[in-house]
Amino acid sequence: MSASVADRRNAIAAKRGNSLRNQRLWALWGSYIALGIFVVMFLVPPFYTLMTSLKSSAEISAQVGSPWLVRHPTLENFWYLITYPNFQRYYLNSVIVTILTVSVSMVISVLAAFSLSRMGFWGSQTLSTSVFLTYLVPPSLLFIPLFQIIGQLGLINNFWCLVILYPTLAVPFCTWIMIGYFSSIPKELDEAALIDGAGYLQMLWKIFIPVAMPGIIAATIFAFTVSWGAFLYPLAYLYTSNQMVLTVGIISDLIRGDVFQWGKIMAACLLASLPPIVIYAFLMDYYVAGLTAGATKG
Amino acid sequence: MAEVSVRKVVKEYEGGVQAVKGIDLDIADHEFVVLVGPSGCGKSTTLRMIAGLEEITSGEIWIGGDVVNDVPPRDRDIAMVFQNYALYPHMSVFDNMAFGLKLRKFPKDEIKRRVDDAARILDIVPLLDRKPRALSGGQRQRVAMGRAIVRNPKVFLFDEPLSNLDAKLRVQMRTEIKKVHQAIPTTTVYVTHDQIEAMTLADRVVVMNGGVIEQVGTPQQLYHNPATRFVAGFIGSPAMNFLPCRVQDGANGGLAVRITDSIIVPIPPARADRYGAYKGKEMVLGIRPEHLFEHHDQGKPGWTRVDLPVDVVEPMGMETMVHFFVDGSPVCARIDPATHAAPGEMLPLTADLNQMHLMLPDTGRVV
Repeated sequence: MSASVADRRNAIAAKRGNSLRNQRLWALWGSYIALGIFVVMFLVPPFYTLMTSLKSSAEISAQVGSPWLVRHPTLENFWYLITYPNFQRYYLNSVIVTILTVSVSMVISVLAAFSLSRMGFWGSQTLSTSVFLTYLVPPSLLFIPLFQIIGQLGLINNFWCLVILYPTLAVPFCTWIMIGYFSSIPKELDEAALIDGAGYLQMLWKIFIPVAMPGIIAATIFAFTVSWGAFLYPLAYLYTSNQMVLTVGIISDLIRGDVFQWGKIMAACLLASLPPIVIYAFLMDYYVAGLTAGATKG
Repeated sequence: MAEVSVRKVVKEYEGGVQAVKGIDLDIADHEFVVLVGPSGCGKSTTLRMIAGLEEITSGEIWIGGDVVNDVPPRDRDIAMVFQNYALYPHMSVFDNMAFGLKLRKFPKDEIKRRVDDAARILDIVPLLDRKPRALSGGQRQRVAMGRAIVRNPKVFLFDEPLSNLDAKLRVQMRTEIKKVHQAIPTTTVYVTHDQIEAMTLADRVVVMNGGVIEQVGTPQQLYHNPATRFVAGFIGSPAMNFLPCRVQDGANGGLAVRITDSIIVPIPPARADRYGAYKGKEMVLGIRPEHLFEHHDQGKPGWTRVDLPVDVVEPMGMETMVHFFVDGSPVCARIDPATHAAPGEMLPLTADLNQMHLMLPDTGRVV
């Protein structure tokens, strides 16, 4: 009797074990297939961009065979852009605008997030929510009223207007990320610092910023992405080559009428993608940690 | 080093909830005082008000002869050890301990000397270069204590510092804290919900309940002469047994306590005067488990035999807890582990009524 019960238990356990193994196997296959599709979808455009950028204009216009392959690889498109003064100007403008935007945005966001999450003043909760709500307003709705403001400031067709405009896009989200990160830091840490003799600014500088560095890096990457990749505002506010940034400079300079210089456009896109790729590659670990911080008790 | 006084201090939160209801407490210089009580009794709030981390609604807090109501924490010359250590995770142990001194602009060699001294006392010299994440719970707690010690403050404040440690380490660290206080006898206010911690560490224990102080006294005073039923039940483990009873006339002109129709025990003559006024009244009898033991023939004055049906037996090695029910009230006795007590059987017990307490059922006051 007892033996048959034991046999039945073993059989149930074995069946359950097999079923769990099968489920895990199916889940793995499903994950690989989904990830495979995802990787193909995201890597095909950059691959096509790279292939096209290595072709001469003659090869592009007289396309023979597969467009995915390069018959006579050349760096002439890259060389042209690197030595082209306008492209150098766009690049420099983008770098200046981005460095200033990221700096301004991070200073404002860190200070705002620290005060909203830690100083607990009257209305801080409502303000925190409002900060995030402003992020939900689409930039495409704002650019007309902002055009008026920028016009009154006399900054139309001046890339410095972007240094004022981009933080309005970056600050709300960066502040929101930082509020989440600062809130995940135990309250006892500020209390210990207060008792140790720190003021609020010392507490921020010596304790919060070092501890919240992953969150700060995540917010920095976001501000960088907003600034480096923005298209609508520079398109609306800048119209001469010496003021343009990369995103609008490439299309306004390399598309002339109905002539698309595909090789140069693709090379320009690759060159413009370099800084984000380098920054993401170096900071990815921090970025992921920043986005997931505070999600669990840890 | 300094004395601390809390005078009629009230803490009221938004919505009118009073966490602390006008307490008075005087702590002498060098004294180790433990605030103990259940969750929500106001002990941590009181400590945080002394630290300056909570504003007080009314009353006064004095440290070292000065009112510090409006003095920020950094200027109160206190140091605090938190339950979750609150070490700065990006700093080494040395930097954690030196942080407060650096902010106060101490010379570098003085900082080093103080940190080294504290590290030697706490036996954490080899850990000075490590980051907090590379330390065990006990080591982190030592560092947190080191951070307090190096400041050489007027008052140490401990907010449940051992609650995050496992049972074995807690006992070890308890001894460490006692040793540190013997070496550096700074005035200390220590908060815990663990009455054993309170009893073992304190010069005086402050038992709090519902935002008020129930009793202040030495551990022995609280154990032997609790002022209220709450204190009697809170101090001691297992907790004191409480049995509804009536005081009535006993044999030979004495007094007796009637618990049930079959359980009537004589009150020792030494206590007759104290309890005489309550004759005929419903009361609550309190007796600790260690004052109920297996019956044997060599009796003493004040000892009386009671036979009770055993409900559960819990052998614990050095002693055995035996649980009974008397007229619906649970009773626990701490018995010699050699006992043959078995569930369902009657066990003859001796009650040491010299250690009994009588309480008023409505107010809980011990008479």
